[in-house]
Parts: sequence; structure tokens; C-alpha cells
Amino acid sequence: MPADTEVPPVVEMTGVTIRFPGVLALDDVALTLRPGEVHSLMGENGAGKSTLIKALTGVYSIDAGTIRVAGADRVFETTADAQAAGISTVYQEVNLAPNLSVGENVMLGQEIRRAGTIDWKAVHRAAAEHLENLGQDIDTRSILSSHSIAVQQLVAISRAMVLDAKVLILDEPTSSLDRHEVEQLFTVIRTLRDRGVAILFVSHFLDQVYEISDRITVLRNGRLVGEYLARDLPRGQLVTKMIGRELDELAALATVSERIIDRTGAPVLKATNVGRRGVLEPADLDVYPGEVVGLAGLLGSGRTELVRLLYGADRADSGQIEMKGEPVKVTTPRHAIENRIAFSSENRREEGIIADLTVGENIVLGIQARRGALHKIPRGEQDAIVSEYIAALGVRPADPNQLAGNLSGGNQQKVLLGRWLATAPELIVLDEPTRGIDVGAKADIQRKVAELSAQGLAVIFISSELEEVLRLAQRVVVMRDRRRIGELDSSRTDLDGLIDYIADGGEGNAA
Amino acid sequence: MKKVLRHRLFWPIAALVTLIVVNTIVRPQFIVVSVRDGQLYGVLIDILRTSAPLMLVALGMTVVIATRGIDLSVGAIMAVSGAVALTIIDASSDPGSIGTVLLALVVALGVSLALGAWNGLLVSVAGIQPIIATLVLMLAGRGVALLITDGFITTVNSAPYSFIATGYLLFLPVAFLIALAAIVVVALAERRTALGVLTEAVGINPQASRLAGVRSRGIVFGAYLASGLLAGIAGVLYSANIRAADANAAGQFIELYAILAVVLGGTSLMGGKFTIAGTVVGVLIIQTLDKTILFLGVPPAQSPVFFAVVVIVVVVLQSPRLHKWIRDLTSKRAPRANDSQPGTPVGTQNKVEVAS
Repeated sequence: MPADTEVPPVVEMTGVTIRFPGVLALDDVALTLRPGEVHSLMGENGAGKSTLIKALTGVYSIDAGTIRVAGADRVFETTADAQAAGISTVYQEVNLAPNLSVGENVMLGQEIRRAGTIDWKAVHRAAAEHLENLGQDIDTRSILSSHSIAVQQLVAISRAMVLDAKVLILDEPTSSLDRHEVEQLFTVIRTLRDRGVAILFVSHFLDQVYEISDRITVLRNGRLVGEYLARDLPRGQLVTKMIGRELDELAALATVSERIIDRTGAPVLKATNVGRRGVLEPADLDVYPGEVVGLAGLLGSGRTELVRLLYGADRADSGQIEMKGEPVKVTTPRHAIENRIAFSSENRREEGIIADLTVGENIVLGIQARRGALHKIPRGEQDAIVSEYIAALGVRPADPNQLAGNLSGGNQQKVLLGRWLATAPELIVLDEPTRGIDVGAKADIQRKVAELSAQGLAVIFISSELEEVLRLAQRVVVMRDRRRIGELDSSRTDLDGLIDYIADGGEGNAA
Repeated sequence: MKKVLRHRLFWPIAALVTLIVVNTIVRPQFIVVSVRDGQLYGVLIDILRTSAPLMLVALGMTVVIATRGIDLSVGAIMAVSGAVALTIIDASSDPGSIGTVLLALVVALGVSLALGAWNGLLVSVAGIQPIIATLVLMLAGRGVALLITDGFITTVNSAPYSFIATGYLLFLPVAFLIALAAIVVVALAERRTALGVLTEAVGINPQASRLAGVRSRGIVFGAYLASGLLAGIAGVLYSANIRAADANAAGQFIELYAILAVVLGGTSLMGGKFTIAGTVVGVLIIQTLDKTILFLGVPPAQSPVFFAVVVIVVVVLQSPRLHKWIRDLTSKRAPRANDSQPGTPVGTQNKVEVAS
């Protein structure tokens, strides 16, 4: 069991500072990991958690500060350096070789050799032993990809143990696991903890954090808020420490959600029974001019799936869509764009920004695509559009010739917003527009959404941060288990009310 | 000076100039261009003339590669195009008439377009990986060409047809003028319209481009169509030059040389950003190198090795990793924070502040 007695720490990071172009990602942050303890790293999206982990695992080199491992100062140039020092990471998306067998994955690079060749029997025996040590009975000759994510994670952990890891980092390991699998993972984590491994745990689920953690370190906006013993830190205080002064900064927006929306005319968009088998049960959604409709629900609840069907990014197999009272066909993104719907994907890197094109080219891409390849927007007009949106959205650096891939996440998001606003949409769908961006850019984007909706733009706003949804949206549609479960008037509900609704889904009264 | 060194075409052009200089030093007549009977003569002119088929194919390849694709079937399309043209001329009662030659050209290029469309359909609509989709035609195309010529090497004697490959207009070889026209048309189509930037967008990030409303399917299809047509023209040039449709030899390995030319010119095989000018330089490097081997009298048995060595040197000289390595060695280990990119444009220095 963890004790307050002073065990020498295995990892001590002090004064760690990392700069990215335009952002101070980490500013004088400290983190101490002790053997035999589970330590949770907490903070909002963009607080610097993953940057800190990447500093510890050698992905990023630090601009200032020291990293001591087992009492010795270390400089990690590569991830291999960190691994050699006994620091292993298991990511949310398991990074193993899916087409190799379980045993091959566990022992990858550590194969047992005999007379110059690999002794596969011994390899599988050793792999089975390592898995058994974690209480797992898995056929080591089965192909890794045939197992669930949960099992794959356990394989990744076994692999870390083969490498004799003294520090195990689990980055959002539970986000795609069900209740039972989480229990199984926690049993393994406790086993390792009792064996003296230092564990760094990152999760957005507060319940899980309190269930497993001995200590908690909180980051906010790239700075250290503090390190606490889990049992001394009540839940409410933890949330306040995570959110901090952001509440004050955005208090000015508080009135947006109370604006009265005129719903007498035709809605900008009215979707009836839109669904797709195996993806989303048929759902209704309507948005009026000047209205912000929030979509709330957990990851995988169907909120992203619904808007992708509305935009034609995926094809719906049921339902009708009306724009301003007229039935329209939206089966491809181009149809949506012709009907003046814009969609900013939650996956900025894969589905949003074109990294090797310039900021300017990214901004005009939307209108250029609509006008067609043969009607090139003249240079002067392009420059005017680009500088207009760079200024209006506060893109930094304000250089249209910079490659978009070099910008920080928040600025990339602004570029994408600019791309869509340039097409003069009547409805804009923003899926997690503030995920993983710094607090300043976050406030800029929320302010812009409020401003645009006041001018009559209809907005569908999706965010995992429910405070943000309640702050901006007049109505919140709640999704759960790929189903629309209801709708709340945000002036008549608060955060707790919304959380309860997401959890119980109106069935709470019946129960 | 730094700006010149950093230009993306610096190394390809330097390689080309070096080749020409070396040849000229060994035998000064290399660089001599003379006028005889209203025609320009000389080794350099010869390079321009013989580079035409590769130039055409490499132009198409550049556009296809920009979409993240590759077209292995260009050599086979050349063979089919030549076979179609010569079979029509051969069957005609008047092989020397301009009408016959025009008909042959129209049909040959039409067939080439159709073959390009086939590739485009497989890649953009059926979603087959480009290397596999075009491999089909690469293997089957020569069979089709053999079918058209009945398994023989069709030879013809048609003055207007030969003129395409060996004639002169305005002091210059017609073949070169055709290649030049193709360069201008492709460059204008890509850069004067938005086709170029949309092609790059599709090549860099197909998913994001689709969601931004780019007709990526049409752009990819168009690239293969263009590649097919350009290969068809190259096939006409080749067969007009030897006055024969040789289904096996026409455009043999040209897909590989075209890919090499594209890469030498600085376009990445990963797709996205592309440079037509770079490809032109790449083609000229390959042709000049080819000529150099003849000119310096490298024995045939050793010429592939010589070719390979020069190509390796040029490719390595262009490697960004090598450039960084040399910079690191010469700049005596500047402090880490600054080593990202010395000499980057303004705006990078004052970016440290957190946006608020």
C-alpha cells in the first residue's frame, strides 16, 4: 500500500519548459513519480498533459528544466532513450503490431535466441509467463488484432514489463473500455503498483481517477497548479483547480445562452429521422437562424455521427432534411456546401487542415472548391479574403504564407473557421472546435461563435466540455448510446442537471 | 546567395549544369550549336529532341504523383497508341496523305484517353490502390498492342507521320516543340486555374479535401486521363521516330524513368506539392546523362553502373537530411532553441508570446 513515508522518487521533473511556435506549451512544470504509487495527471484539454508525457518519454526535448530518473539527470533525445531508462508508455491507440501474434508483440525486440535463430517455443513460453504475471490467460499464438482494445492494452502493458519498466505511463487507457474491462485493467494496475512500479495515469473520468489514484498533479494552461494526495482533495476542489480562472474570463459570454430565439419562421435546418444502421438510430434535429444548438453526450454517444450524416460526410440510410422549409438532398459534402452548410470536423489534423498548404491557401480552399477548379479566385481577391479572416479571427502568426501545419492547434482551428466563414454559410457545424487548444484561442473561438450567431448564423456546437456547451447554446440536444435521448433548455438547467440527464437520460424520473 | 541555395530547384539545376560543363570540358563540341539548312544542329538540340517522349510521360506522371498516385501503365499506353496509329496508316491506301495521318492520330489519342480513363476509374471510383490499378494495364497493355498489330512489328513509310518525330519547324525539332507545347499547356492548366492547388490539397490530405468540398474524385480521374493522353502522344512520337510499332520495345521502362525524373525534379512521391519546372529539369538531367554516356564513350557494359552512380549522387545531394547535417556541422552547434530553421521568413522571431 502507498505510504507517506519518503521513498526516493523514481522520476523527478523540475522547471520543465517547452515552447512551440506561438505557444508556451509548458511553463516551469514539476512532476514527481514514486515507486509503488498511482499518480494521476489532471487538467483540461490543452492544459499540457500530453506535452508533459511526451517530454518524459523523449518525444519532445525540453527547452529548460531537468529530468532526473532514479537519482541521475537524464536528457532524452529519443523515445528509445526513455525506454532504456525504464519508462514505458501505453497509449489510447495501442501502438503494437496488429498483424503479429500476441506473443511476438510481447517479446518484440527481446526474442529469445538459440544458435543464432529465434527459439519461437521459448518466446511464446516467456510471453505466456509475462501475461500470467498480470493474471492474463491469452493464447500467445493468436493474432493481436483479433483481440479487443482492452486485451491489446494488457498486451502492451506486458510488453512494458518485458522491458523491465520502472515507470508505466497510461495515457487515456480507459476511454474505449467498458465497465468490466476497466475493472480488469485496474486489477492489473494494482498488481504492478504493489510490485513497486510507478504509474502515471491520465483519464478524463473523475470516478476512475479517484478509484485508482494515490496522488494527483493538476496542470492548467501549461502551468503547474499543484500536487495533492487524492484523499485530501475533494472532487469539487479538483474541478475548480482544473478550470481555474477560465470561468471568469468567459463569464462575459454568460448571456449568450439566454438570448431569446425567434422560432416562428422556418428553421435553417430541419432533420427528421436521420440515421444509419449500426451507426445512429434515427434522430431529429432543428436549428433556427441565430440559434446555437449544443450537442452533448459522451464520446461515441452519436453526436459526431449525427452531424456527419447531416453534412453528407457519411451517408444516411433514413430520414429527410429540409433547409428553410425546402426538402434537400445531402449525400455528399458538396451537396451540403451547395446548401450553405459548413462542417468543421473534430479531427483537425486528419480531416481539417491541409498541413503542407499555406494559411492563405487553406482559408480560400472552401470557396475555391465551390467555385470549381476552372474559376480561380484572382490573386487580389484571395489576398483580401485571407487578410480579412486572419485579422477577424486573430490568427497568429498573421502570415498568410506560413505553412498551416506549423501553426498551433488553436490557430489551425481559427484557419478552419476562416475557411468556412469565407463560404458565407447559413449553418455551421463545429465538432469539438476547442479541443486541445490553449485557453486564449478557446476564448477567441467561443466569442466568435457568440458574435456570429448574434448576426443570424445558425450553429450546431459539439463539445466534451459541457460548461462550454451550456455557455453558448440556447438548447442542448443530448445523445447517448447512439440515440437522441432528449433536449434541454439551457437557461433552465445547470451543469449538474445536464450531467444527470446525460447519465440518466430522463429515465431518472421513471426509475 | 542563401536564397539561391535554398531554392527547391537549385540542386537539380546544379546537377544539369555540371553534366553539361563536364561534357564540354572533355569535348568542347558538346556545347556547339550550328545552323544548317534552316535547322539547328548540335548535341544539345539532339537532347531536346530525344527527350520529348520522356518529357510528355513525366509531365503526366507529375500530376498523378501529386494526387498520391502513380501510373505504371504509361509505357504500355505508348505501345498501344503507336500500334493503333501505325495499323491505321498501314491499312490505308494512301499512307502518305495528311488525312490518313490525322485520322491515325485522332484514333490513337482517343484510345490513349480511354485507357487513361480506365486507370482513373479503377483508382478514383473503385478505390483500388494506384500501383495495382495501373499495374493491370502495364501488364495487359502490351498484349493489346500485339493483338492490334497481329503480333508483328508494323512498319510504315509515311512522310507526314515521320515529320512528327524528325521534322523541323522554326529552326527547332517538331518533337521538341510538341513537348514544349505540352509543358506550357500543363503548367497553365495547373497554375493559371485552381487545378494545381486543389490537386495538391487532394494529394496532401484527401479526407480533409473531400470535407472542404473539393471534387477529389474528379481531380484524381483527370490526372490519370491526362497521363494517358500524354503517354499516347509519346507513343506517337516514338513510333514516328522508328517508323514502326514495336509493342515490346515501345516505352519500355519509361514509367521508371518518368518517376525518376519527377523525383529528381523535387516532387515527393508522397504526393501533394509538385513542380512542373522540376520535372522538366529532371527529364533533361536523365537525357543529358544518357547522352553523356555515349559522348564520353562509356562502354555499354558499364553504362548502367555509371548512370546509377550519377543518379545516386544527385538524389543524395537533394536530401534534406544531408543538408541539415551539413548545416549542423558548419554552424558549430548553435543553441538548441534556434536550430529549427535559420533564415526563415519574418514573423518567426516574435511568435513566443501566448496568443490571447
